[in-house]
Amino acid sequence: MSVPVSVPTSTSTGQEVVFPPLADYHETVTSYKVAGFAMLSDLTAVDYLVHPGRTLPDGVAAERFEVVASLLSLSAARRVRVRVQVPEEAAVISSLWDLYPGAEALEREVFDMFGIRFGGHPDLTRILMPEDWEGYPLRKDYGVGRVPVQFKAAPGPR
Amino acid sequence: MTDDPIDLVKETDEGGQELLPRAGTPPEELSREKGSVLRVPEAMPGDPAHVDVEVPDDETMIINFGPQHPSTHGVLRLMMELDGETVLRSKPVIGYLHTGMEKTGEELTYQQGSTNVTRMDYLSPLTNELVFSMAAEALLGIELPQRAVWIRMLLAEMQRVASHLMWLATNGMDLGSTTMMIFGFREREMVLGFFEKTTGLRMNHNFIRPGGTAADLPDGWEDDVAVIIDTIEARLDDYDQLITGQPIFRERTEGVGAITAEEALALSATGPILRSTGIAWDLRRTMPYLDYDKVDFDVIVGTFGDNFDRYAIRFNEVRESIKIIRQVVERMPVGDYRVQDKKVTPPPRARIDESMEALIHHFKIFTEGFKVPEGEVYTAIESPRGEIGCYMVSDGSAKPYRMHIRGPSFVNMQSLPVMLRGGLVADAIATTSSVDPVMGESDR
Repeated sequence: MSVPVSVPTSTSTGQEVVFPPLADYHETVTSYKVAGFAMLSDLTAVDYLVHPGRTLPDGVAAERFEVVASLLSLSAARRVRVRVQVPEEAAVISSLWDLYPGAEALEREVFDMFGIRFGGHPDLTRILMPEDWEGYPLRKDYGVGRVPVQFKAAPGPR
Repeated sequence: MTDDPIDLVKETDEGGQELLPRAGTPPEELSREKGSVLRVPEAMPGDPAHVDVEVPDDETMIINFGPQHPSTHGVLRLMMELDGETVLRSKPVIGYLHTGMEKTGEELTYQQGSTNVTRMDYLSPLTNELVFSMAAEALLGIELPQRAVWIRMLLAEMQRVASHLMWLATNGMDLGSTTMMIFGFREREMVLGFFEKTTGLRMNHNFIRPGGTAADLPDGWEDDVAVIIDTIEARLDDYDQLITGQPIFRERTEGVGAITAEEALALSATGPILRSTGIAWDLRRTMPYLDYDKVDFDVIVGTFGDNFDRYAIRFNEVRESIKIIRQVVERMPVGDYRVQDKKVTPPPRARIDESMEALIHHFKIFTEGFKVPEGEVYTAIESPRGEIGCYMVSDGSAKPYRMHIRGPSFVNMQSLPVMLRGGLVADAIATTSSVDPVMGESDR
């Protein structure tokens, strides 16, 4: 199982991580699938808006979003994590749905929560939030919902 | 991939979550369930011979099953296109229980985080706490004392017993066996009683925390556990007699809701669904965590991937869990139940009365929390429903920068349209039940 060349790799807390460029994302995952990674166990995203100075290997330029896919090889009992930098101005990435049909709901969730679009996804609609919801809740510039609570001088029950 | 982002936006703009009309949909698309959101793609087409392409739109009926129906195990909505009694296409619609727990998790410290995640999968809360704590500990780089590890194993297996008993109960109810429902709840209550004694709460314990557990096991826990597992083990034989050989139950489950190994793998299904197809994939065995490599147990696999196999797997996993619990009770090490790292563990109550430093330290940990080094990690464990994973990113502060839970219910739901296709609407309830979805975890 060889990693495609020109993909910077690193280990994070003992786990194998690769950082393909956005354009090579689909190709890299394809090569892993061919190498025996039969299952996509997780796919999510992170919005690094307020944490820009994170540690990345040389040759990887930090962008606002990062899509993180965890691939699993059942035969080798091995996981590999694919982290892709996705720029804010064109938050578009190719879908893994044609390789792993199980990516469908996970990618919809990322779209719903971060507004990252997946090219080639069959039905990119909101999955958890209502259909007419505005905004992408897990972005860092999206506020936390609050209900005002009055402790003092609250009007008594009528 | 479409190159022009503008086109992509147009074609993938947020639309309604409706099933598309049948007319005007080519037959090969019907076999892939066009318009059904969780569908099988080109690489994995269904057998076209199974698709009745002759059925016109005005002869089919789309019914919404749920989200208020009691057999949906919460607030799952299933849109099913029916031709008479036969399900042609279906689509689960979720999100009715979405409460933004991942967002909330970013606002809570690592200390508080387990109170949040424990509410996701409300039928196995300790599993959620365990995966969250393991992710935080991996970032902290701390090694737990042996006793903490084995207490966690004990609780995780008790939780599996409780969760599977609950599943046996609800599955029995969905198939009309109210006796099984009463029995399942009755035995689960024994386990919950032990949890109440140990953690103070029947559910949502917040007992497994980063750094160990909140407290030691109560005095006499060995006897309590022995009574519970002996009782449940003896009663499992009764259930076996009541259900397994019963002709009606077998008729309603055998060959119903079948899924192949290829489909289950492609749809990322884990847990009993994957094992029912014959793939012996159990993270406790294949990628051991805690001390599961030091205990003896069997991984139960099925053959046909149908509802009966999933029933048999869960049923026998209760026995395997009891086997593990016996070994844990026998070999429980002595020692600390929390890591003795002052950074993570607050000083004990008695020290606070004696030492000003301990008081300050205690105050600091509970108000500010402890700082976790920068990094990111994905941990996964075997929940009763499948692989539950936690992807955690830390920016070096006392709160997770991002906390994502990969819920097995959420991902396993994708295999539901495949299982339901071509079946009867009456079996849809049994099949939905056999996926064992917990909507609190699916929607988070």
